[in-house]
Amino acid sequence: MKARHKRFAFLLVGLSVLGVAAWLVFQALGNNLSYFFSPTEVVEGKAPEGHVFRLGGLVQPGSFRREDKGQAVVARFVVTDNHQSVEVRYSGILPDLFQEGQGVIAQGRMGPDGVFMADEVLAKHDENYMPPEVAAALEEGHRKGVANMATGGGQ
Amino acid sequence: MIPEIGHFALILALVIALVQGVFPILGAHRGYASWVALAKPAAQLQFLMLLVSFACLTWAFLQSDFSVLYVAENSNTRLPQIFKFSAVWGAHEGSLLLWALILSAWTAAVTVFGRSLSPLMMARVVGVLGLVATGFLAFLIFTSNPFERLLPAVAEGRDLNPLLQDIGLVMHPPMLYMGYVGFAIPFAFAIAAMLGGRLDAAWARWSRPWTQIAWVFLTLGIALGSWWAYYELGWGGWWFWDPVENASFMPWLAGTALMHSLAVTEKRGAFKAWTVLLAIFTFSLSLLGTFLVRSGVLTSVHAFAADPSRGLFILLFLAVVVGSSLMLYAARASKVRSHVRFELVSRETALLLNNVILVVTTVSILLGTLYPLIIDALGAGKISVGPPYFNAVFIPLTVPLAILIGVGSLARWKRDSFANIWVKVRVAFVASLVFGILFPLVAMQHFSWQAALGMVLAFWVFFSSLKVMKEYARGRGIGGLSLSQWGMTFGHLGVAVFITGITLTSIYSSEKDVRLVPGDSFSLGGYEFLFKGTTHLQGPNYQGDRGEIVITREGEPVTVLYPEKRNYLSGMPMTEAGIDAGLTRDLFVALGEPLDDQGAWAVRIYHKPFVRWIWLGALIMALGGVCSAADKRYRLLARREREALAGGVA
Amino acid sequence: MKSRYLIPLAVFIVIVGFLAVGLKNDPKRVPSPLVGKPAPRFELPTLYDPEEKITPEKLRGKVWLLNVWASWCVSCRAEHEVIKRLARMNLVPVYGLNYKDEEADAKAWLGQLGNPYEASLVDREGNVGIDWGVYGVPETFVIDKKGIIRHKVIGPVNDEILQETLVPLIRKLIEEEG
Repeated sequence: MKARHKRFAFLLVGLSVLGVAAWLVFQALGNNLSYFFSPTEVVEGKAPEGHVFRLGGLVQPGSFRREDKGQAVVARFVVTDNHQSVEVRYSGILPDLFQEGQGVIAQGRMGPDGVFMADEVLAKHDENYMPPEVAAALEEGHRKGVANMATGGGQ
Repeated sequence: MIPEIGHFALILALVIALVQGVFPILGAHRGYASWVALAKPAAQLQFLMLLVSFACLTWAFLQSDFSVLYVAENSNTRLPQIFKFSAVWGAHEGSLLLWALILSAWTAAVTVFGRSLSPLMMARVVGVLGLVATGFLAFLIFTSNPFERLLPAVAEGRDLNPLLQDIGLVMHPPMLYMGYVGFAIPFAFAIAAMLGGRLDAAWARWSRPWTQIAWVFLTLGIALGSWWAYYELGWGGWWFWDPVENASFMPWLAGTALMHSLAVTEKRGAFKAWTVLLAIFTFSLSLLGTFLVRSGVLTSVHAFAADPSRGLFILLFLAVVVGSSLMLYAARASKVRSHVRFELVSRETALLLNNVILVVTTVSILLGTLYPLIIDALGAGKISVGPPYFNAVFIPLTVPLAILIGVGSLARWKRDSFANIWVKVRVAFVASLVFGILFPLVAMQHFSWQAALGMVLAFWVFFSSLKVMKEYARGRGIGGLSLSQWGMTFGHLGVAVFITGITLTSIYSSEKDVRLVPGDSFSLGGYEFLFKGTTHLQGPNYQGDRGEIVITREGEPVTVLYPEKRNYLSGMPMTEAGIDAGLTRDLFVALGEPLDDQGAWAVRIYHKPFVRWIWLGALIMALGGVCSAADKRYRLLARREREALAGGVA
Repeated sequence: MKSRYLIPLAVFIVIVGFLAVGLKNDPKRVPSPLVGKPAPRFELPTLYDPEEKITPEKLRGKVWLLNVWASWCVSCRAEHEVIKRLARMNLVPVYGLNYKDEEADAKAWLGQLGNPYEASLVDREGNVGIDWGVYGVPETFVIDKKGIIRHKVIGPVNDEILQETLVPLIRKLIEEEG
């Protein structure tokens, strides 16, 4: 085999590995990202329909209840940013640090009845820590709430 | 008083590190023998100072000295003794001190075991390590001083994060850091060789055992972390593609590539410039990992207290270290280009492909890890890249890698032919197809193509490794294999075990969250789980509930599991799973939460086939690394060079 | 020097650029939209006198501080000396918001370390904390005579923040018309 051909063959192999990898990365990135939305954005209809996303906020105090059916464990609660709120349904065991009044992130999709069907629920991991997305959503929700009060809009 | 001594020793260590970083390198450049001679004593003294400093912090923890802020935040008088000890590295400041201590220990080890290195090379290697240590110690002292006082002292500390009160986590960070920091050694060798302008086979032979040892520690560290997550985080997952996990996995992949390319450089003198680049890349990923974990730019379930000013410091450090290394590389690499020829079909090509795939995999993981940050930086929203992305990229890329293991380790150096390789692999090829397809049919509940593919690959790696062993043993018997040949064999057999574990666990695990009243039972994976109820539990620094679950299979008793739900004094709840471990399956039970006052609980039940094989595989791979590093040719080399040196002097 | 050996350096510079921007956009540092807005309403009992209810309306016309603390919070301990110094200056009343705490623990804590607070409001459930956008303890708010939040310190107040930010701001606010 001539040196020129050999170089070409090496190049071809290298580029095909890179090409396959790049294709995989773009496919995977396109299909597997999940965006974060606050309850206010969900109520405003900004969240995608039929696609997985993350919903974050505080668990509204007093909203938690169980809907266990037979041996199935089902929880329902409301996630709020103190401006708007979204009802969440989750089948399974909630994380240790899940509590009313605490920050939470739920991953899943909107159901046809306007209830968010969560596949996964994440709670904050220690006493002083709140997922930053949740903190931002709260601040944002609060700003809107205050603005509404100021213009007499109410909620 | 003791904390002040520790603080003072830390400052001294910084000064010594600066001396160690500046004088030997300048001395080697200018030819001042006395400056060159500073390298060894400085490195050893720095290690001693950090040892004193670390001992002082440990003392403060064992004595529960809550006038030290870091102790008050991470310990408690009721904490069991062993966890007081491990609490030293339980949070940011202490774990950085451990990082610095380990770096100085590695450096001191180089000065002891590298006696046959030429004084100039030694001066440069130790000097580079001194510069790295200077940056780290400055970071430690100026942004994260573990000896900061809390006045007035508090009567009781806050307690160590309960997640960290566990034997797996006592060992996990030191192992991981030994690996991370260990990659500083091949990095320093590469930089030193470029500074000296000489990149020869001796350089590769020097770097190799150090790289292998660092890699062994990192392998064990990652496996321990995964095992810990499995039983302590309570929810039965063993890998989450969390940014913190990726931060340790990326250097591992790059380090694996480095080990293989060092083999080519040592044996054949090829790939020199590439190997140097890989050494820089691997250590850069270790530093990047530290940056990602410590700066808080990425959110992660591992909530370390993050602080942007610390992040800025590490980023600057990263930029200086990696930037200057890459500049040096740009200036010198063309001079070290190797001119060794090899054919398209040869072991060199197989190893080159191995390197390309490993590096591409690393880069894809890096991309996935940094993507949320990039999108945020571009102002395009907050996103998260979840496990599906990583699985979709990682799995297809590892398939050709597994195939290459068999082909590459049987191909000849320099030149081979497909016909020749086929003769060697055909038995292994057919056997792996037959066993791989039969295995899920015979041994598992149902057939799945993914399982068959995974098992074909596992058997392929297994049989081809046996074939390699047979080739090596030809004419000498199995006892004739050198340690490094054993190392390679074990390393690859570990991969086979690992693939088996991942494949079968991912495909055949079953999981269920159920509501159980005492007396209820539930069946999963052929086992009956009978819930007997819970009793109150009182521990040293927690209280909680302990469940009792009796497991039977076709009426025969299997085991009784006692999962716990604990509430620690610090207010944090914890789930302790009950696990019945076995070679072919794990049974895993965790208590969720009490559902009513009749004693009903939400319980999570898992049946996980072959999950142990994942960690077993990692253990076998690590054993391979140990064998390779212990090969006698490295010791022979050291002795020969020492004798040559002595002869030269006389 | 061949240009292809510069490629790694170029790639690295791009990555560092993104990391630097990422650091600047630190997700944990959220600008507080509460600043410049009226203090959220509450009506809370105080720690030592459950009969006494305090509302922001009662504090109209004076500049005051709200310091969020809890006995379980270690950073609060570090901050406490500074808060005591601030209270001793007698510039403005400092109110505490005792956040998600047990009454006995809170009283013991103040008994041991000293009580700089005009009164400590008890927010056991943390509901008022949510309204005020509290997402970590300690936090400190400065409220002016009109009942508008003018400044918020996230994390412990240290001497530097006290001398360079809080005291000048408080002096300025006292000068303002009520």
